[in-house]
Amino acid sequence: MKNFLALLLTLFLGYMIMTSLAANDLFPDQGAADVTTRVSQKYIDRSVNGDVGEVIFGQATNLESGPANIVTAIVADYRSFDTLGEVTVLFVSSLGVALLLGGPKQKRLELNFHPNFMLRVGSRALFGIILMTGIYIAIHGHLTPGGGFPGGTMIASSMLLLYLADDEFRAKIKGFKMLESAAGSAYVLIGLAGLFLGSYFLENLLGNGILGDLLSAGMIPIIYVLIGLKVGSEISGVIDNFLTEEGV
Amino acid sequence: MLQYAAIVLIMLGLYGLLTQRNIIKIIISLNIMEIGLNLFIVSVGYVEGGIAPILTSVNNSSSLVFVDPLPQALVLTAIVIGVGTTALGLALAKNIYQKYGTFEIDEMGEE
Repeated sequence: MKNFLALLLTLFLGYMIMTSLAANDLFPDQGAADVTTRVSQKYIDRSVNGDVGEVIFGQATNLESGPANIVTAIVADYRSFDTLGEVTVLFVSSLGVALLLGGPKQKRLELNFHPNFMLRVGSRALFGIILMTGIYIAIHGHLTPGGGFPGGTMIASSMLLLYLADDEFRAKIKGFKMLESAAGSAYVLIGLAGLFLGSYFLENLLGNGILGDLLSAGMIPIIYVLIGLKVGSEISGVIDNFLTEEGV
Repeated sequence: MLQYAAIVLIMLGLYGLLTQRNIIKIIISLNIMEIGLNLFIVSVGYVEGGIAPILTSVNNSSSLVFVDPLPQALVLTAIVIGVGTTALGLALAKNIYQKYGTFEIDEMGEE
C-alpha cells in the first residue's frame, strides 16, 4: 500500500513537471536552444564589460577573461566567488567525515584480501602515471577540458589505488591536511589581494596574455591548480578515513 | 527527449527515497536523483550542431556555434557538492552499522 502511494505521488509529480515544461515558451525543445539570447553569449564573447569583437584563438590579447576553455572562464573567473563557496562545502563535508570516522589512534581496516608482490609493485608504477595525468589536467584547466576538480579527483584516485592494492599502506595524512589548508588559505588570500590591491574580491591582477598560451589568463591557472591540490588532498583524506578504524 | 529521460531518472530516485528502508539504498536513490538533475540541466544548454565551448586551434573563433557553457559550469558545482553529501552520508551509514550491526532501518533498536 505504501509503495503504491509513493508510486502515485511520484507519477503525479512527474506529470506535473512534464506538462509545465511542454507548453512553456521559455523552455526550448531539445537542441533548439538559442544561446545568443542568453547571458552565456556574453561569456563566450567576453563582452560583459563591453563589446570587444570576435575573439580569435592565439591572437586575442588582454581580454576581460583569458581562458580558452569558456567553462573555466565561468567557473574560475566570472563566478569565482561561487567556486570559493563550493570548495568550502567540500571542505566542510570532509571535516564532517573526519569527525564521524576519525579518532586519535587509527590503523588500517582488516581486509580478507592480501595482495601479492606483483600487485604491490604494479600499483606503485601505475600510481605515478595517474598522479602525473591528474596534475597535467589541473594545470591545463584553462586550455583543455578538465581543470582543478577532475584533476584533483584523479590525484585522489591514485591514492585510492595505493590503498586498495596494499593492505598495509597508510598515507602521511598530516601532510594532506596541511596541503589542504594551505591551498584553501591561498585561494582566500588571492581574493583578498584583489580586494586590497585592486578594486574587488578575486580580481585578476596579472595580465591575461595571449588567449591559448599555457602562461595566460593571469590568476586562473594558479587558482585552478590550488583547487586541484585542495580537492585531491580532501578526497584522499576522506578515503583514508573510510579505510581505517580505531585501534593501535 | 533526453530532458524527459532525465525527469524519469529524478522520479525513479524520488520513488526509491520514499520506499526503501535500507540506508545504502537511500543513498543510491539520492545519487540517481542527482544524476537525473545534472543531466536535465546540461540538456537545457544543448544546441543542435553546437561544439564544446572551448576555443582551440581548430575551432578558433568566438563566432562559431557553441553549446551553452553556463549549465555545464553549474553542473560542475553540483557534482562536487554531490560527492560531498554522498561521502558524509556513507560515513553516517558506517557509524550506524558499527552501532546496530545492520543497514535496515526497521531492524534497528530491537537488539
